[in-house]
Amino acid sequence: MPVIVAENISKKYIIDHQRKGGPPSLRDIVTDTVDKVFSRKKKEENFEDKEEFWALKDVNFSIDQGDRIGIVGHNGAGKSTLLKILSRITEPSTGQIKIEGRIASLLEVGTGFHPELTGRENIFLNGAILGMAKSEIKQSFDAIVDFAGVEKFLDTPVKRYSSGMYVRLGFAIAAHLNPEILIVDEVLAVGDTEFQKKCLGKMRDVSESGRTLLFVSHNLTAIQALCNKAFYFEKGRLIDQGETTHIVTNYLSKVSHKSLEKHWDDINHAPGSDQVRIKSFRLFPEYQEDLTHIDVRTPLNFQFEFWNLEDGANLNLSMHLYTFTGECIFNVGTQSEAFAKGLVTGTCNIPGNFLNDGSYVVSMMIVKDTSTVLYNMEEALIFDIEDFRENVTWYGKWPGYIRPQLNFSIRQTEHVVND
Amino acid sequence: MQHTITIKAGRSEKDYWKDLWLNRQLLWILSKRDISVRYKQTLLGLAWSVIKPLMTMAITVFVFSFVAKLEGDPGIPYALMVLSGLTIWTFFSNTFTQISNSILINSNLVSKVYFPRLLMPLSSVAVGFVDFLITFVLFLIFAVASGYGLSWNIIFLPAFIVLTFIMSLGFGLIFAVLNVRFRDIGQLIPFVVQIGLYLCPVSYTSRLVSDQWFYKFYKLNPMVGIIDGFKWCLLGDKAFFDPKSLVSTTIIALVILTLSLMYFRKKENTFVDHI
Repeated sequence: MPVIVAENISKKYIIDHQRKGGPPSLRDIVTDTVDKVFSRKKKEENFEDKEEFWALKDVNFSIDQGDRIGIVGHNGAGKSTLLKILSRITEPSTGQIKIEGRIASLLEVGTGFHPELTGRENIFLNGAILGMAKSEIKQSFDAIVDFAGVEKFLDTPVKRYSSGMYVRLGFAIAAHLNPEILIVDEVLAVGDTEFQKKCLGKMRDVSESGRTLLFVSHNLTAIQALCNKAFYFEKGRLIDQGETTHIVTNYLSKVSHKSLEKHWDDINHAPGSDQVRIKSFRLFPEYQEDLTHIDVRTPLNFQFEFWNLEDGANLNLSMHLYTFTGECIFNVGTQSEAFAKGLVTGTCNIPGNFLNDGSYVVSMMIVKDTSTVLYNMEEALIFDIEDFRENVTWYGKWPGYIRPQLNFSIRQTEHVVND
Repeated sequence: MQHTITIKAGRSEKDYWKDLWLNRQLLWILSKRDISVRYKQTLLGLAWSVIKPLMTMAITVFVFSFVAKLEGDPGIPYALMVLSGLTIWTFFSNTFTQISNSILINSNLVSKVYFPRLLMPLSSVAVGFVDFLITFVLFLIFAVASGYGLSWNIIFLPAFIVLTFIMSLGFGLIFAVLNVRFRDIGQLIPFVVQIGLYLCPVSYTSRLVSDQWFYKFYKLNPMVGIIDGFKWCLLGDKAFFDPKSLVSTTIIALVILTLSLMYFRKKENTFVDHI
């Protein structure tokens, strides 16, 4: 039975190119009106200055009870707009949505927390804002405090809380909502790993109890772990929906944009700081056989060049490798050494048969005196590793971030002789 | 209980008022938040609620009575008249100001959760009401201390308080909506309040203008009738009050409230797009 049915949902915003953003002031309105009245030419110009922007366009879907929907897409694809419409924060420009059941949305952790109020007071305030009755809050009060781990600080104003405590308390309250439909937007981006695990666990409980969940996140791993279905948004349109793994794969294949080389010839226009300037960062794959793409067997050679502008600086490089979903796989660093003014080159090799298939992002840091980051080149290179398998009959996704070849063997150690 | 919502462009929900009622706990909690946060981290705390009206009264009495030699109603101590006028005027101006700013102050809520937006202006009245009660008690203490007998007219007092509330809500809601759209309004609000103080019989009595040619325009201002009536309740029949004006005052107040509610309801779903 569908609990949410959306038909032809669109949301339009008007972008005014004349204005630098922010709401129009009274002066703008007055001058615009005067212009309109006194000059007919002006009217056409005004029309060009304004541009329609469709944050969502003709979105149709139906969600059944108990579905856990993950929503993926780029920034600006319309995910958050959809959640805002579903939570009734803003209304669609066209179309309609029918929702059956009590809906609660968690677009932010600790919405409405007042810094001057104590943790205890904020639990009641935030609970009420999220739509809980006072009796419900009282009932789950101990559980909330316990989940957040803030019992010692209940009577301290939340402005004295560490950011971790603040987030924990916020999530703890939200976690004890009991709606039939729960909408969650990217709240897992915050908090430490242990707490994230707790949150994911709590969300799994929610979904397992037959309630409906809508979940927006850039953490594709979390979406895959939690959701049975997924929506893929691009430029305001719902372009694909279906089984989670299928959608996520589809999404990744479309978003992967390779960039294996970056270089600057002019030192004055190169990125960097007063002390260092980047010349180039390149990835040279040792392609296997006649291939032109990287697969799991391909050794990868990185070459990084920069100009050192300070004589005798003690420098070292630090390279991070991330998965496309943002988990850090490793961080490697060079020894620190004193360099004269001039070009410095660093190389790093990742052997073949080490990384798993997937999309990867590299960032490079230049560090002075092993402590000061002179420049951090984030998302410097992006590359995809394709799958390669021999002599297997199984083609499911190979689990894990790395896929090393280790000394792992089996052999017969005893024979059973037949009688 | 099955609960169905339809979300649609420009749709004013038929169960809006039911929703508002269901959210009354939130109204209470938001009001409590505003009150308890009010004087946090101030040295004098709640004492400010007493000091402010007292200082205003002292200065008004000094300027109008001693410097400008203005006469009050015969038989009524000038200071007492000013204090009664200020009691109701500060209630009006405080609630009006707070309602006008209520949406912007709560913009973090507007962009993150849904509840009937009317809760924000309604809850913002609480602080003004507490201040009103404090000033009112001050007035009573003053009246008793100065030996001025209170009149039985006081039983009509709640009616004038309700009218004041209606007026501040009526004006405030319009300003609240405009304030979201045009930030200029935020600059205008203190100015409106300041002008209002002189246009209304707060520090003087309407008797002074009652025989002037412009009196019939003067009393079109619904606050004139309300403030006169409020003084009449507290100070008795010696205070100038035209009971006939009450009819027009009530009608004007209700018309303004209805219009502003319609305007607010029409615009509330678009607040988030302008914040």
